Amino acid sequence: MTHARTLYDKVWDSHTVTADDGGPALVYIDLHLVHEVTSPQAFEGLRTAKRKVRRPDLTWAVADHNVPTTDGREGHVADPESRAQLAALDENARGFGVGYFPLTDERHGIVHVIGPEQGLTQPGKTIVCGDSHTSTHGAFGALAFGIGTSDVEHVLATQTLRMKKSRNMRVTVEGKFGPGVTAKDLALVVIGRIGTAGGTGYVVEYQGEAVRALSMEGRMTLCNMTIEAGARAGLVAPDDKTFAYLQGRPHAPQGGRWTEALAYWRGLVSDPAAQFDREVVIDAASVVPHVTWGTSPEDVAPITAHVPMLDKFADAGKRTQVERALAYMGLGAGQDLDGLRIDKVFLGSCTNGRIEDLRAAAEIMRGRTLAQGVVMLVVPGSDAVRRQAESEGLHDIFRAAGAEWRKSGCSMCLAMNPDVLGPGERCASTSNRNFEGRQGRDGRTHLVSPAMAAAAAVTGHLTDVRRLAPQGDAR
Amino acid sequence: MTPFNTLTGPAAPLPLANVDTDAIMPKQFLKTIKRSGLGKFVFYDMRFQAGGGERTDFVLNRKPYRRATTLIAGANFGCGSSREHAPWGLADFGIRCVIAPSFADIFAANCVKNGILCIALPANEVEALAALAANPATSEMTIDLPLQLIIAADGHGCRFEIEPERKNLLAAGLDEIGVTLQQESDIARFELARVRREPWRNTEDSRP
Ligand code: SF4
Repeated sequence: MTHARTLYDKVWDSHTVTADDGGPALVYIDLHLVHEVTSPQAFEGLRTAKRKVRRPDLTWAVADHNVPTTDGREGHVADPESRAQLAALDENARGFGVGYFPLTDERHGIVHVIGPEQGLTQPGKTIVCGDSHTSTHGAFGALAFGIGTSDVEHVLATQTLRMKKSRNMRVTVEGKFGPGVTAKDLALVVIGRIGTAGGTGYVVEYQGEAVRALSMEGRMTLCNMTIEAGARAGLVAPDDKTFAYLQGRPHAPQGGRWTEALAYWRGLVSDPAAQFDREVVIDAASVVPHVTWGTSPEDVAPITAHVPMLDKFADAGKRTQVERALAYMGLGAGQDLDGLRIDKVFLGSCTNGRIEDLRAAAEIMRGRTLAQGVVMLVVPGSDAVRRQAESEGLHDIFRAAGAEWRKSGCSMCLAMNPDVLGPGERCASTSNRNFEGRQGRDGRTHLVSPAMAAAAAVTGHLTDVRRLAPQGDAR
Repeated sequence: MTPFNTLTGPAAPLPLANVDTDAIMPKQFLKTIKRSGLGKFVFYDMRFQAGGGERTDFVLNRKPYRRATTLIAGANFGCGSSREHAPWGLADFGIRCVIAPSFADIFAANCVKNGILCIALPANEVEALAALAANPATSEMTIDLPLQLIIAADGHGCRFEIEPERKNLLAAGLDEIGVTLQQESDIARFELARVRREPWRNTEDSRP
C-alpha cells in the first residue's frame, strides 16, 4: 500500500529527476515564464558559456514590469534603462527562439495573467518565473514558485532546478462568504493570521467549501498573495471549474489529448488520509472586507476597525516596526480606517487585474463618479482582459466615472514604470505589496479588493463597500 | 567558469564587520542588463566621493590593492539583500577569494555560483592575515584550493575548511549548471518516459 500523499507530494514526486537522500533533488520544470527585469543576466550567462535554452518550447517571455500603460507605448518608451531592458528581452527571446508575447501581440499582459489565459498553466505542472508572484498559477493545482536570476539561467539551460522539498500546510476555509467579501479579503485575513513569515518553508494547500466556491480568478488572487505569507507556493486542487476554464484555450490539450489529460488531472487531489505539517482553519462567515494600514501585508484590519493601538503588540521589535510604519503612513494609533481620505486608486496587477476584478469594481462604479480630486487608474492585467472588458462596456463605466482606462502591464504595482505615487500620496490599491516606496517614493499604499477600491474611488476615502448599493442601470 | 586551483595576488584588508550587499553594490546599479562590467561600481560609496573622485584612503584605490585578488574582511560579510549583483561586481573587479570570520548564507551561496571562494577562519587568524596584507611588501597571498591552504608572504601556511560540494564546484570550474548538465542523460530519460506516459504534455505541436 502506498502511503497517503498531499497534492504537493504528488506533483513533487512526479517531477523528481533524481532525488539525493537528504540533499537537494533535481526537479523537472514544465513551464518557465520569463520577464525583462530578472532575465537579462541569465541569457547573457548562456551566451558567455555558449549554452542553449534546453527547451525553448517550454519557455515563454513577456515584458510587463517596465512597460508604460499609455497609448502609443509600442513606438517609444521614454526611460532609457527601461527601454534597454525591453530591447534585451526582445533580442533574447528571438535569439534563443523561446515563446514570446511582444508588446504588439494581442496576447500581451502581465506574465501571471497570460499564463492561465493562454492555457499554458495547467494542473500538475511545475511552473517557475523570476518573480515571486509566480505562486498565482497554483490556483490550477500547479506547483508554481519564484526563483532568482542564477536559477533562471539554470532552468533555461537544464529545464531543472536543484532544490529541497518544502513542508505541507493546509488552510481550510469552511462555510460561505458574506456579501461584499472577496478572495482578496480572505488572502489578507490569512496573512494577518499567520504573519508574513508564517508560511516560510511551506507549500500551502487551500481547501474547504469556501475555496471550492471561489472562481478561478478568485483562486488566483488567493494563491498570488500566498507568497506574502512567506510560503514557497499556494495550491488549490483542480476541479470542474478549473477544467472548464482551461478547455479550448490555445495551449490546453485538444481532442483526445484533452481526455487523457483530464483523467490524469482528476487524480491531483490530496488523499483524504494525507498528513499536513501545519493546519489552519478559517470560518468564511467571519471574513469581512479588509484593508492594510501599515507597510507589511500582515498589517491588516477589517474596514470596520481602526489602526491598532501600540500596546496590542507584545513583541518590542514589532512595536518599533509598527511605530515606523504609522509614521510613514501618516496614521495615528486608534484612528478609524473608514473615512481615511485617499488621493489615488489603482485597480490592476497580477493580484486583481482579471476580468472578474474589473466587473466587481464596475458594478460599484456604475452610475457614480470619482470623488473630487481622486485619480484612478484602471489597468487590465492583459490585452485579452482589456478586450473582454470593452466588449462588456466596462471601460465606459470607468471612463464615465472619470477613471483612466489603460493598457496592460504591472503599472502602479511597483515603481518601475511611469505609473507611480507621489510623495505622501495615499492610494487604495488592489496590488499585493504595501512596502515603503513600493508604489513610489514615500507613497502610502492600502491594499484592498477591487470592490473596496471602487468604493474608495467614488467616496474619496476608505470605506466599507457593503454600504454602497449598486446604482444605475443594472443590465 | 575558470576552475579555481591556486590563486596568487595581493590581498586587500577591509577590517569592517557587517559589510552588506548594498555597500558592495548600491541599488542604482541594479537596472543594468549585464552582470559583467559591475566591477567599476563595487563598494561605490566607499570608493568614490560624491562628485565621483576616488577616495585615496580606500584600500582598493591604492597600490598594490588595485589588482587585489583576495579580500580580507570582518564578520558577517555580505549580509542584507540577496542581490547577485554583489558577487558579480567582486568577480568583475578581480576578487576571487574573500576571507572573513563569517559570511551571510545567501551571499556565500551566490559566490560559489560565480567562482568566488569564501573562506571562514577564526577571528584571530583573519586578523593575523589582515596585518600581513596591510603591508604592501607582504600583501601577496597564495590560496591553494586543492590543499585547502592559504600561504602568506612570510611562508606561513594556514589551513581552511570547505564543504566538499562547494570545493568540487569551484575546483572543476563548474557552476551548478555545469554540474546539472552532467546529468543530461537522466534529464533526457525523464523527459522521454514522461512523454510516453503523459503524451498530452508534449507541447511541440501546439506552438504558435
Ligand atoms: S503586477 Fe506587481 S506583483 Fe505582479 S508581476 Fe507585476 S510587479 Fe510583480
